[in-house]
Amino acid sequence: MDHPVCQTTVQIKSQNGLHMRPAMQFVDLANRYNCDITIGTEKERGDAKSIMHVIGLAATAGTRLDIRATGPDAEEAVEVLRAFMERQTFDEVPPKDGD
Amino acid sequence: MEIKKGIAVSPGVSIGRCLILDSEDYRIPRRQIASSQRMLEVQRARNAFADAVRELSGLEQAQEQLGGGRIKDIFAVHLRFLRDRSLRRQITDLIHEESVTAEYAVASVLRRFAARFTEVKDSYISERAADVYDIERRLLRHLLGDKREDLGRLREEVIVVARELSPTQTAGFNKAFVKGIASDAGGRTSHAAIVARSLGIPAVVALEDLTEIASGGDSVIIDGNRGLVIVNPDAETVAQYEAYSREFVALEQKLDTIREKPAETRDGVTITLLGNIEFPDEAEGVIEKGGEGIGLYRTEFLYLNRPTEPSEEEHYRAYAQTLHLCQDRPVVIRTVDLGADKYTQSKRFAPEPNPFLGLRSIRFCLQNLAMFKAQLRAILRASVLGRVKIMFPLITNIQELMQAKMILHDVMEDLDEEGIAYDRRIDVGIMVETPSAALTASTLARDSDFFSIGTNDLTQYTLAVDRGNEQVSTLYSPADPAVLRLVRTVIQDAYKAQIDLSVCGEMASEPEYVMVLLGLGVRTLSLSAPLIPEVKQMIRCVTLEDCHVLTRKVLGMNSERQISNYLRNAARKVLPEAF
Repeated sequence: MDHPVCQTTVQIKSQNGLHMRPAMQFVDLANRYNCDITIGTEKERGDAKSIMHVIGLAATAGTRLDIRATGPDAEEAVEVLRAFMERQTFDEVPPKDGD
Repeated sequence: MEIKKGIAVSPGVSIGRCLILDSEDYRIPRRQIASSQRMLEVQRARNAFADAVRELSGLEQAQEQLGGGRIKDIFAVHLRFLRDRSLRRQITDLIHEESVTAEYAVASVLRRFAARFTEVKDSYISERAADVYDIERRLLRHLLGDKREDLGRLREEVIVVARELSPTQTAGFNKAFVKGIASDAGGRTSHAAIVARSLGIPAVVALEDLTEIASGGDSVIIDGNRGLVIVNPDAETVAQYEAYSREFVALEQKLDTIREKPAETRDGVTITLLGNIEFPDEAEGVIEKGGEGIGLYRTEFLYLNRPTEPSEEEHYRAYAQTLHLCQDRPVVIRTVDLGADKYTQSKRFAPEPNPFLGLRSIRFCLQNLAMFKAQLRAILRASVLGRVKIMFPLITNIQELMQAKMILHDVMEDLDEEGIAYDRRIDVGIMVETPSAALTASTLARDSDFFSIGTNDLTQYTLAVDRGNEQVSTLYSPADPAVLRLVRTVIQDAYKAQIDLSVCGEMASEPEYVMVLLGLGVRTLSLSAPLIPEVKQMIRCVTLEDCHVLTRKVLGMNSERQISNYLRNAARKVLPEAF
């Protein structure tokens, strides 16, 4: 059965870019969902569940990232990931919700 | 195939398999395996990942108990890498597709990945490469067990590729098997450069990210003549280089045979060939190549790569060693020519906007008297050990020369008071390397025992060209009529004042300029050791009469291009194999 593509665009606000720790939290969040999620810039895309791909985007401050998901829980996944990126300046201690 | 350009610091050409060293001496072994072995390598890779995950989880938990938030975060990130399916898939795919070892696959996938970060301008992101290297090392440690590379036990010829070579690493080399050196970092005075020159093997440094491009076992060509390193060259390139290398070796051997013969023109005029050195042990190479002494001993190395100024004792030891190697041959020690570089710039509050026209060389010395005096003391003390001459660099006017000489006399008086012996009649000369010095050479000659023409700076300052700036470097040429006319003036003024004259810039080491320099009246050339035989060969093929005819023609020409072409053609006729 075909699922529609859910999509959103976020911008990295943190001065330090999408560095190791937020990238890790992002990947952990993505891995909670069953849907396929990709993340990318205009130049390249990668698997949002792979820390290698996410960090490999080398997203510096101001980079616009596009998140797309397809699958049963795609809508929720995109919303949660968008909220994470929006909330983050990445400098405060992130919430601990059981990883 | 990938071609990287760096700085050539030791001449020659080598083709071989590379051995990559990182700071922990891990070596990534040769990569190719039989296709039947692939499953085994995939399993080894999986085991290494599993072992590394176990190890890291343990470390992470230990940190948790210690409450070390930041370090725990780092371990947590590394753990996610090790569990990353994409990463594992890339590694196993590489093993399957290219039949390579697990070590090679791990290193090349992770190094390729790290290379992406180093391209990013943002330092916070670019520093992530360090994390990737850390993960790579952890995996390699599990793959290789404790098989640290023991460089002393090399059993096959290798080309050593390193980020930066440490003295400890090179001390352990089995030198018989190291055929070339290439490093990411470094300059002419870096450790890799010194070792390579002393071993007589080609080396290229400042390659920036070579260790990320090359993986252990890759085939590499080191071209220490042109400053190139070629990774995984294609068959055509290898063939070209093999031919080039054979020619180079053949030429070297042929030239070695003239080592004992004098540097004499066909009509019997003797030319003195001296060596340019930076390090005491290079003096050996100069003598070996037939040099009759040291015409330019650059002393900057004593100051570089260290946090503090060298002591008088350190200066003295370096000079004593050089003089010991040279015995009774002359050694011209140039006082320190620092400037426009990290050393002097770091001592300033504000960087100079135009360092080549700024506080450098003798100007810097005259403003840092304690430092200058320590060097002069050491030179004078060493002067009783051999035939020492002192040379001041970058003199632009007579006042500077007088001031430098006055300081030298102060130091002499101090030594007299302390009863320390030195050569009272020590020759004191100058580098003529600014247009102002060249134009006032007749005045400067009255207070100099000798001139040495530094053609590199003289060309640069005369033509207002930074030879390091690619956009204008084609304008840089010692064959420019303006430069040649200045050189002629200096030579004539030295003759009139009856003082010694030599040429020590790169112009002196290029066979194509030999004839014009001889024709202008130069009888002493100072050049880097490996180039001495070729220049000697050139000298032995010409007559002074030919040189005079050529020089008269050239001085009548108005364009650099015309002169260059003419000189090159003339040299090619005399010594075809050198071009």
